[in-house]
Amino acid sequence: MSQSRGRFGIHGGQYIPETLMNAVIELEDAYNKYKDDPQFNAELTELLNNYAGRPSRLYYAEKMTKDLGGAKIYLKREDLNHTGAHKINNCLGQALLAKKMGKTRLIAETGAGQHGVATATVAALMGMECVVFMGKVDCERQALNVYKMKLLGADVVPVTTGTGTLKDAVSQAMREWTSRIEDTHYCLGSCMGPHPFPTIVRDFQAVISKESRAQILEKEGRLPDAVIACVGGGSNAIGSFYHYIGDRDVRLVGCEAAGRGIDTKDTAATINTGRLGIFHGMKSYFCQNEYGQIAPVYSISAGLDYPGIGPEHAYLHDIGRAEYVAITDEEAVGAFEYLSRMEGIIPAIESAHALAYAMKIAPTMSKDQIIIVTVSGRGDKDCAAIARYRGQDLRD
Amino acid sequence: MSRIHQAFENHKAFIAFITVGDPDLATTEKVVHAAVEGGADLIELGIPFSDPTAEGPVIMEADNRALAGGTTTDDVFALTKKLRETIDIPMVYMTYANVVFSYGTEKFMQKAADAGIDGLILPDVPYEEKEDFDPLATKYGLDLVSMIAPTSENRIAMIAKEAKGFVYMVSSLGVTGTRASITTDIGAMTKLVKANTDIPCAVGFGISTPEQAKKMAALSDGAIVGSAIIKLLAEYGRDAAGPVKEYVKSMADAAHSA
Repeated sequence: MSQSRGRFGIHGGQYIPETLMNAVIELEDAYNKYKDDPQFNAELTELLNNYAGRPSRLYYAEKMTKDLGGAKIYLKREDLNHTGAHKINNCLGQALLAKKMGKTRLIAETGAGQHGVATATVAALMGMECVVFMGKVDCERQALNVYKMKLLGADVVPVTTGTGTLKDAVSQAMREWTSRIEDTHYCLGSCMGPHPFPTIVRDFQAVISKESRAQILEKEGRLPDAVIACVGGGSNAIGSFYHYIGDRDVRLVGCEAAGRGIDTKDTAATINTGRLGIFHGMKSYFCQNEYGQIAPVYSISAGLDYPGIGPEHAYLHDIGRAEYVAITDEEAVGAFEYLSRMEGIIPAIESAHALAYAMKIAPTMSKDQIIIVTVSGRGDKDCAAIARYRGQDLRD
Repeated sequence: MSRIHQAFENHKAFIAFITVGDPDLATTEKVVHAAVEGGADLIELGIPFSDPTAEGPVIMEADNRALAGGTTTDDVFALTKKLRETIDIPMVYMTYANVVFSYGTEKFMQKAADAGIDGLILPDVPYEEKEDFDPLATKYGLDLVSMIAPTSENRIAMIAKEAKGFVYMVSSLGVTGTRASITTDIGAMTKLVKANTDIPCAVGFGISTPEQAKKMAALSDGAIVGSAIIKLLAEYGRDAAGPVKEYVKSMADAAHSA
């Protein structure tokens, strides 16, 4: 059987309404034109370095390493980027591309609000109109980010359909795009959706592993034994893995949100509990029932609360190049508190899923082994929700 | 070839969309019969999906009502079979890729054909991805209907050349739902389709009044109406058969007169 463009093994593709086909083709053509263009890349690098604050630090977590008593732990500090997460890497790239395409308006979906804030930020910087779709439930649990987006000049549209979370925000952003294409670029926030988004987002996030590879070689003179990152759609993970994919001795571990456990219905662990399907423009793994109805997934982390996973991760899983483990709310909250006290770094609850797995495996590894954990974002946005999880009602 | 062409043989066609299981299967059965009695030439049966990304709020809510009532794909096959005992006009399914793929594409096509269905509309399967579905649909005598949109432009010839059953022309940008006016040059779209295929084409998205139905049917081979019928289901629930019959008659008469 012939396969369409944008495939990762059997995954990926372009399962979208005909109305959007010319838009994704136009995007692919523009991306192919600019991705190796020296002028475009010079502009993007300038923005990444002098606006977003790259390169991000690779920090040796000495206290954590000693406390866990095993492998050396390095943290890739994406939380130190402007807007507090890795999302800005992709937003700067896509917005610059959209501008070159003559688009004047950005739309985006957001879960935790980090991608929405990054899109609103870049729209403000580049003088573009911005509309962000955010599930109603997420608007409530991430109220601070809603305020930030509005402060930055974006319209925030609460999405009340379905479960009122990230998947519904993606659906609504896709609906909005079909109704207004001419002046609008859909700034998709993760390495998912129809081709060419999974490739574009991966390429813009690959700066994470490009830097960390050079940084670890400089500090340790060797590559790490494991690279660990959290996975919802999977953008920080694919960025963290990309430049190590060819290094077969480097373990790549994606940490999914198990929610209340993968043996419960309250989970968002796609690889661990889902099966092959077609949704949101791509063939990949999805949490779904026996009739293909998409499952109402759950995680304490709004950013990982998504029933699918990017097609390249599905492929890396299929070929056994990356492994995908499930981390519960309880384990993630434990890691959130641990890193705060141990290193004075408050991680995003999403990133805490990756830290929790590092805490599990580091003690089983030898002292001359190395782990790099991507701290994809900062945890300020999560403080109120974690306090509530611990039974404390925080008020501003 | 399926029996879809029969819908377009005597006059311009009126195509009615009904979500199966909204609000329950017994009501769907009555409403489909009402639409046929009202003069519909082809019935689109919507198999509900949890996240219908091409639908506006009206059909999204119908999907929610049907799923809340427990409607499954197997229920849809069973009801289709029952309807087919007395209904002669062509019937097609309208659903999303994952409903078919997750069921097992071949098993789905086999059961759909066995139930008496003539074709399939999958709005999230564009030309580039039809290989996943089209060969298996054809194997069981079903037509995978192709859609073209106001943004299709240079793609219309390519799509029309391989189209089967009928060409579904999307009238406007955006999702399903009634619209005050349709501004796309439908006549120009029809011309491009006709230059590349002999199969009929019908216009959907945004049509709700007899005047619109007549105008769109005049510019093509038929008019497709979904949201306006579903609104009657939302309003009248289990008592919707009467109002649907009356409404379909007004729309079908208008389309047939075009």
